[in-house]
Amino acid sequence: MTALTDLTIAGARDLLAAGHVSAADLARAHLAAMERHRDLNAFITETPERALQLADASDRRRRAGDAGRLEGIPVAIKDLFCTKDVPTTAASRILDGFTPFYESTVTAAMLRQGAVMLGKTNLDEFAMGSSNLTSWYGPAINPWRAPGDGKTRVPGGSSGGSASAVAARMAMAATGTDTGGSIRQPAAFTGTVGLKPTYGRCSRLGIVAFASSLDQAGPLTRTVRDAAIMLGAMAGHDPLDSTSADVPLDDLEDALEAGVEGMTIGVPEEYRVEGMPAVIDDLWQRGIAWLEDAGATVREVSLPHTRFALPAYYIIAPAEASSNLARYDGVRFGLRCEGDDLVSMYERTRAEGFGAEVKRRILIGTYVLSEGYFDAYYLKAQKVRTRIADDFREAWTSVDALLTPTTPSAAFAADSPPDDPVSMYLNDVFTVPASLAGLPGISVPAGLDGDGLPLGLQVIARPFDEARLLRVARTIEEAAGFDTAPRGLT
Amino acid sequence: MKFDKDTVARVARLARIATGDAERKQLAGELSAIIEWIDTLGEVDTDDVEPMTGVGAMTPTWRPDEVTDGGIADDITANAPACAEGCFVVPKIVE
Repeated sequence: MTALTDLTIAGARDLLAAGHVSAADLARAHLAAMERHRDLNAFITETPERALQLADASDRRRRAGDAGRLEGIPVAIKDLFCTKDVPTTAASRILDGFTPFYESTVTAAMLRQGAVMLGKTNLDEFAMGSSNLTSWYGPAINPWRAPGDGKTRVPGGSSGGSASAVAARMAMAATGTDTGGSIRQPAAFTGTVGLKPTYGRCSRLGIVAFASSLDQAGPLTRTVRDAAIMLGAMAGHDPLDSTSADVPLDDLEDALEAGVEGMTIGVPEEYRVEGMPAVIDDLWQRGIAWLEDAGATVREVSLPHTRFALPAYYIIAPAEASSNLARYDGVRFGLRCEGDDLVSMYERTRAEGFGAEVKRRILIGTYVLSEGYFDAYYLKAQKVRTRIADDFREAWTSVDALLTPTTPSAAFAADSPPDDPVSMYLNDVFTVPASLAGLPGISVPAGLDGDGLPLGLQVIARPFDEARLLRVARTIEEAAGFDTAPRGLT
Repeated sequence: MKFDKDTVARVARLARIATGDAERKQLAGELSAIIEWIDTLGEVDTDDVEPMTGVGAMTPTWRPDEVTDGGIADDITANAPACAEGCFVVPKIVE
């Protein structure tokens, strides 16, 4: 029999329903894996006792004939979701000691559907990063190694702990959040499936805010079907989040196997960026061939403002962050560093509590919103954002979905990250445009680079068209036949 | 450089983040590089373009204006570094 930790959600669901395994069996197997792989630093807070309690309660519900969509499924939660009575850190020192007395809407929905929470996963501080190197709790590590050099690789970010936990089979699935690529990029780096739903699909209530017009929760899983199952449990209208959309979600699992016959898939020419490694382009070409073989028509499209997406993002996201993070002042929660007066208390608390990348973004955000610069930067970026969204709207008149690489490279070594902030930001060059436009996107593991590290292909679809998004993703998954077991992990 | 040390000091003050002299110097370099890169946006023609202030065409929904929560001061102050009698405690600001 397959190891319990190798099971997918869909597979575990069948075994649970047939009574061949219990939620307690699954929880114990995953907790053991969590302990075995503690060197990956994927979790900030482990909650084994709670997991076993939740698993027992789940088994009781099942016996009573009352099983939810995620009944008995062991999951990890990104430590950006507030979880009642469990510390929530956002991987920042400034939230030291913070324990929410409420549950985020998304995790509450998952728990209602029977999910068994194993713990809270590591991330870049306040979800700002593409490497997991900015966590106050130390970096999470990618379970994949390049057989050649054996160097430690980053899992990507910001949902790097979630990606690492799912790839290393410590959790069957995990939640992530994606502002500019924070689900899709780590999924690509760890050979997992990462789905960012349409903006508004999942409630943001109880998720520590980074950039409110971009933040969106979604799942990391090892199969496309599992992504569909997870999204089904996470999504839904929340009257307490005014940006949550009241748009019904189709049964995504039903849609999954419908294929791409008759669909038209766009390949945006502007994503063929200068200096892109040949291995990325080769994978992209293979993806095109897979979709054509499956009956889709593939055609080039133009998204002319693509190269302006990243600079626009690095105005809008920091601007929103500088406003959202104003609440960390040493008064209501977390760290307080005393000063001579109130202002010096604020200044010292924030100087000690925030890491270097978070400070950079707050300062950029403060600058672009400050008097005399607002029109030149913030308003300009909002107008460019309109242009980018219009590019996609134009594309949807001729194609049903877009196919692109997820990242411009595979996971980089933890000891040699891009050496300046702008080079690090380029990691998100293919994921940010869809974020700005609020579109659903998914990264599907599709191959390995020359070093034996995973690479992902990204599919982007129309707003609220997750059904078609997953059909394309499922087709790629089937054609790629990617083995999600990290090489070199014992 | 777009960002000199004085600009960093001014913005850091607005953002309520204490900075030392060496840190301001380093930030000036890093933030200048970011701002210069961002300045490429000047190439985009945005005449007659409306700023995108929200995502999608969502219509805000109505709900009854009712009190549905409250009376939980102890919960709210439970995470505070200092609190007393259901209030947050801060340094004295009026002598």
